[in-house]
Amino acid sequence: MHLDDLDRRLLTIIQSSFPIVAEPYKQLAETLGTTESDVIERVQRFKDDGLVRRIGGIFDSRALGYKSTLCAMKVPADKLDLAIEVVNSYPGVTHNYLREHEFNLWFTLITPSPEYMDKVLDEIREKTGCEVHNLPALRFFKIKVDFKLDKQSPTAAAAVE
Amino acid sequence: MLTEIDKKLIRLLQEDLPVVPRPFAALAEQVGLTEEDVIARARRYHAEGLMRRFGVALRHREVGFTANGMGCWDVPEERAEEVGRIMATFPEVSHCYQRPRFDGWPYSHFTMIHGESRDDCEAVARRISAATGITNYRLLFSTEELKKTSMRYFTEEA
Repeated sequence: MHLDDLDRRLLTIIQSSFPIVAEPYKQLAETLGTTESDVIERVQRFKDDGLVRRIGGIFDSRALGYKSTLCAMKVPADKLDLAIEVVNSYPGVTHNYLREHEFNLWFTLITPSPEYMDKVLDEIREKTGCEVHNLPALRFFKIKVDFKLDKQSPTAAAAVE
Repeated sequence: MLTEIDKKLIRLLQEDLPVVPRPFAALAEQVGLTEEDVIARARRYHAEGLMRRFGVALRHREVGFTANGMGCWDVPEERAEEVGRIMATFPEVSHCYQRPRFDGWPYSHFTMIHGESRDDCEAVARRISAATGITNYRLLFSTEELKKTSMRYFTEEA
C-alpha cells in the first residue's frame, strides 16, 4: 500500500494520540491542514487495506488489576499442532510465536487473577503433556507501541500491547 | 474504583471505534451516557494510567517492520536495574522486562527488538551489548506468528 506524506503524518498522530474529542477527524484535519472528509477517507482506506487493525484503547493490565506473564514451552514436533491449538484457545493468550530455539513456543497470557492464571497454565500442561515455564516480569523497564512513520527511514520508536 | 458503567464503557473502548464524524456519540448511545460524559471518562482513564493510549493498532508487518527479535540477556542481578534502563533507551526496543531464569535458561532480561530485517535487529543487539557490556545473549526470531490479538478486559469469558 502506498502511503503519501500526509498518510504518514496522520498515522503517526493517530497511533499514539487519537484525539478524544467530540469531532476527532475535524480536529485532525485542522492539525494537518486538510478537510474532515479527507481524513475520514484516509482512515477508512487504512482499515480497508488492512494496515490498521483497530482504533481503540489499549488498557494497562496491571492498573485494571489483571495479571500478565510470558510463558515458554519446549514442544516436540509431533505435539506442536495440539499445543498451538490448546494455547490459542484461551482468550487471555494475546500473542503466541514459534521461535528458533529448543524452547520453541512463547506466548503472553493476561488473566483477571493469579488463581485463574495458575488454572490456565495447569490446563495447558495437562492437555499438552509439556512443561510451561511461567515468567512474570520482575522489573518493568519499558512498554511502548508507537512506530514513527513520518520519516523516510522509519525506525521503531517502541511497541506492543 | 471502577463502576459497572465504567467497565461497560471500557469494554466498548476496546472495540473498533466507528469511522464517523462523532464516534464517541455512537458509544455514548450504547452505554447510556452523554457524549460529554464518555469523553470525560475516557480522558480520565488515560490521565490515571488505566488506558495506556488511545489510537490505532497497526499490523506491523504491513508497514515495513518485518523482523522482530526477542533479545534474551544474561544480566548479573547486581546490574539488573542499571542495564535494564540502558536497554530501554534504545528506540528499536519496544518492551524491556526482567523475568525469572529457569533450568536451561540463563537469561534474565528480555528486549523486543524491531527492524526492517534480521540484520537490522542483530545490529541493534550488538549495539545493546556494547552499551551494556552484556555479552551472553541470544536473539530469538519468530518463525511464525500463531496468534496476535488485543486483550479484551471485563468480558464475560475472563
